[in-house]
Amino acid sequence: MSALEIAAAVRSGERSALDVVEEHLTLIEARDPGLNAYNLVTAEGARAQAAAIDAAVSAGEPVGRFAGVPLATKDNMCTRGIPTTCSSRILEGWRPPYDATVVTRLREAGAVSVGKTNLDEFAMGSSTEHSAFGPTRNPHDPSRVPGGSSGGTAASVAAGFTPLGIGSDTGGSIRQPAAFCGVVGMKPTYGVVSRYGLVALASSLDQVGPFAANVADAAALFDVIAGHDPLDSTSIRDFEPTAQAVLEAGVDGLRVGVVKELAGGSGGVPGLAADVLARTAEAVEALAAAGAVVDEVSVPSSTLGLSAYYLVMPAEASSNLARYDGIRYGLRVDGATTAEMTTATRTAGFGTEVKRRIMLGTYALSAGYCDAFYGKALKVRTMMLEDFARVYERFDVLVTPTTPTTAFELGARTQDPLTMYVNDVCTIPSNLTGHPAISVPFGVGDDGMPVGVQVLAPASHDAQTFRVAAVLEAAA
Amino acid sequence: MRTLTSLTPTPNAKSPVSLRAVVERITRDEVVHVARLARLDLADDEIDQFTQQLGAILEHAADVEALEVADVEPTSHPLPLRNVVRADEVSESLERDEVMACAPDVQDGQFRVPPVLGERT
Amino acid sequence: MSGLVPCATADTPVEPALPPGWELVVGLEVHVELDTATKLFCGCANQFGAQPNTNVCPTCLGLPGSLPVMNERAVELAMILGRALGCDVNRSVMARKNYFYPDMPKDFQTTQYDQPTNTDGRLELADGFVVGIERAHIEEDTGKSVHVGGGGRINEAVYSLVDYNRAGVPLIEIVSRPDIRTIEHARNYVEELRAIVAATEVSDARMEEGSIRVDANVSVRPHGSSELRTRCEIKNINSLRSLGRAIEHEALRHVDLWTTGSGPQQQTRHWDEAAGRTTPGRSKEDAEDYRYFQEPDLVPLEPTPAVIAAIDEALPTLPAARRAALREATGADADAARLLVERGQDSLAMAAAASGADAAKVVTRLVNDLAVDDWSAVDTESFAALIKMESNGELSASQAKVVLGDLVEQGGDPADHAARRGFEAMDSTELESLLDELIVVNPAEWSRLRGGDEVDRKKMQGFFTGQIMKATRGQADGRAVAQLLAQKSV
Repeated sequence: MSALEIAAAVRSGERSALDVVEEHLTLIEARDPGLNAYNLVTAEGARAQAAAIDAAVSAGEPVGRFAGVPLATKDNMCTRGIPTTCSSRILEGWRPPYDATVVTRLREAGAVSVGKTNLDEFAMGSSTEHSAFGPTRNPHDPSRVPGGSSGGTAASVAAGFTPLGIGSDTGGSIRQPAAFCGVVGMKPTYGVVSRYGLVALASSLDQVGPFAANVADAAALFDVIAGHDPLDSTSIRDFEPTAQAVLEAGVDGLRVGVVKELAGGSGGVPGLAADVLARTAEAVEALAAAGAVVDEVSVPSSTLGLSAYYLVMPAEASSNLARYDGIRYGLRVDGATTAEMTTATRTAGFGTEVKRRIMLGTYALSAGYCDAFYGKALKVRTMMLEDFARVYERFDVLVTPTTPTTAFELGARTQDPLTMYVNDVCTIPSNLTGHPAISVPFGVGDDGMPVGVQVLAPASHDAQTFRVAAVLEAAA
Repeated sequence: MRTLTSLTPTPNAKSPVSLRAVVERITRDEVVHVARLARLDLADDEIDQFTQQLGAILEHAADVEALEVADVEPTSHPLPLRNVVRADEVSESLERDEVMACAPDVQDGQFRVPPVLGERT
Repeated sequence: MSGLVPCATADTPVEPALPPGWELVVGLEVHVELDTATKLFCGCANQFGAQPNTNVCPTCLGLPGSLPVMNERAVELAMILGRALGCDVNRSVMARKNYFYPDMPKDFQTTQYDQPTNTDGRLELADGFVVGIERAHIEEDTGKSVHVGGGGRINEAVYSLVDYNRAGVPLIEIVSRPDIRTIEHARNYVEELRAIVAATEVSDARMEEGSIRVDANVSVRPHGSSELRTRCEIKNINSLRSLGRAIEHEALRHVDLWTTGSGPQQQTRHWDEAAGRTTPGRSKEDAEDYRYFQEPDLVPLEPTPAVIAAIDEALPTLPAARRAALREATGADADAARLLVERGQDSLAMAAAASGADAAKVVTRLVNDLAVDDWSAVDTESFAALIKMESNGELSASQAKVVLGDLVEQGGDPADHAARRGFEAMDSTELESLLDELIVVNPAEWSRLRGGDEVDRKKMQGFFTGQIMKATRGQADGRAVAQLLAQKSV
């Protein structure tokens, strides 16, 4: 059953929310030990909330759009009184005294969070292998990674543990695992979904977004979490979420651009697998068959994304992660002075990938280099925005592969950080420009693993990505 | 608007710091200094590893150096938001017990820490 | 004592004894806590003296996931002070200053760096000397630590306790140019700045509660030189007296280091009030690499010309202009004018003088007898009436002082208070008959007053004055008694 079907059944009294939740909890209990999608299953809280929803239905009181629908919450969203770890030892024992805005909105909509899902520590990674609590495995093939950093949420939705999931995307952390796990994942326009209560990786790139098994559920989830939040200064006012409304609109006459640099040709980004490129080409054909006007387009700056990203992201992360000093919450390893205590705590509490990025960011910002590295990277963002603005004069949406390859084997890429980073090449431009992008499953690769196709749109045209994704979903 | 030629890598003589020159000479000492700034205590092999990897990653990042960006405004937000403010009205603070519940060491409603050397800035 | 008292006190040398040929160069960084209801980035109360860690929330505790939202009033106050200091008000952005410190919950301070709100202002001191203002920028305050053990000294403590109530309180940091050449000007600068802050109601400006804090950048150079030599930044200066002592000590230390070697090292130093010296602060390795970058969680501030014009329109008359007006209207001297403007009593003084009360008495009575926090019950009319009663002899000086106290407490008509207290003016015939009785009872004393030597006369004048005061329970006017004694004894 889809999320919307479950919610309809619960609202009408046809199904009890408690039964729905119990069913999903049973599935998690049986199968999650093999996948490790969850850091924490909050069964009691979920049951209590479900019971309250059932009582409200019986009493004829209004219940939300997602009444009784089980939800996976990435473990970097703050949940009041419930451990929030970011899959890091350094947040050991921390129970936030507040809820993230997105958590509040979803609870008010009746969605029932069944637990906190695994991620690469502090969302730094593309495989969910960099977790202090062990890797999550891909439900389609447990020897492979689910992608990351929102690998736990992607796996939860792919395994049928929950129809809905919430993730965060800084360089592809929603779209890439969605592609690897064969589900729908979407990164909204920066500022459309509140970041309040999302533990920051890179503040100017992070965005919270929906996961679902199908486009309609993802669109409905997007419509619930989108909207202005006065607690987030970067939140856009007056954004009207209309994703659900355009799902039936089709693509007749829509101008679709195929990004040349990400289509495998010479002069473009190397390393894109043939099977992934083939599925992407088929997806484009499907859009053309549905009436879209398709053309190839060059977006030169799309190849610059990786360079700028690996300056901006670690720089902001190094500053955002300074607060883990052993004083107010989380892990403390003793030391003779506060400085020694903080150093001992951070050394013991952070994993290698986090340390690597803190080092990278600290170096890039340190004396004399800030303008050269960070300052220049911000200018590259401006150039990318202008480049994409030019392209969007001629096109409504752009299509690319979501990932260079299908899901890889566990352990295959952890040794060389650069190889791992290249994995994000298709998804990173949208984070730097702040534009919306969706990954929708489209067939499988030569290895039988899911392939994701990415649809990009200009800022605030989030609904457009769902509209195109709905057509691709139907054609896949 | 700039044309796309500005995106074609060209030598940039105006840049005060040559990134490539910088990343080519990342030393162990610099890595140790940066680790100190970041309050990380790295083992010898980690220092070697990071010295090599930082160089490799930043060399890749140094691609941006080739761009002529002198007259480009930096972007830190994709949308031109400005003057986002709130009214000066008191809202509820947290209960101290809830605040302190997760602290590693507490005394008299305060966070207890080992001695602090040096001065506040 | 607030330290913000007139500066030329006996125990503080007005100028350092710099050896001949050396010149002092000082720039000041003054932090002022803005008088907002809430903190800079969250709705927690901006309140002094609350129980530790009770005015805190996810944002000012820097909890993971929390975000800042700028306080509109703080920005407005910052711009008001900027305009009062003659600054340009610019498009500004917040930046992160990254360094680890336990009082700082995010381990970075949100401040302004290369694009501050206010730049290029000036501050004119009471004697006309002008100090350039480089910038006045918005930033957040840190929490506070108590260092336990080792006599409270930070470097000898056994452990420290941190309270984040102050973390995130809005500050404006006013950075002067290194234009100051004397200790007196350094103090005058802080006094004047404090007066402007008070006049614009930007802050309650209490140095003793830490709502104004001063750091001094000190260097020296040979007379006639225009170079800027290595400077040291002195922190932990808690009063104007400390400011003078710290600058003097530091300047002498610099002269010594230049004379005997290659001069001081640039560093942050800490003023130790008890020891009367500065000591080195954090090592250079930790400092100086703050890795500033734009705060991505906040957006730029872009005041429109209309907003700035409205601020200019609403600016109050500033202290310098008020002092001039007061002196013009009452003939008050510089110190009195400074004091009354500082207390906000200049308009009372001018109104009373304008209504015909003796201007000199008005000023004296205010300077000496209205040094209280709350004098809101004293209105111009009753104050002027009081001064007139004193001038025409209806009340003695000491009686006037008592009645002024009544006005502060209760307001009302001074004549009513005088009557209630029995402060009926004694006319000269009453006094004379009283004296006649005393002469009869004390004939020997009277002849000593008339015929004795200088010492004797003085002594007996005191005797009769005392007797009269005793008989009138202090109601007699001292000057009238002296006059009467002088007439009678001739």
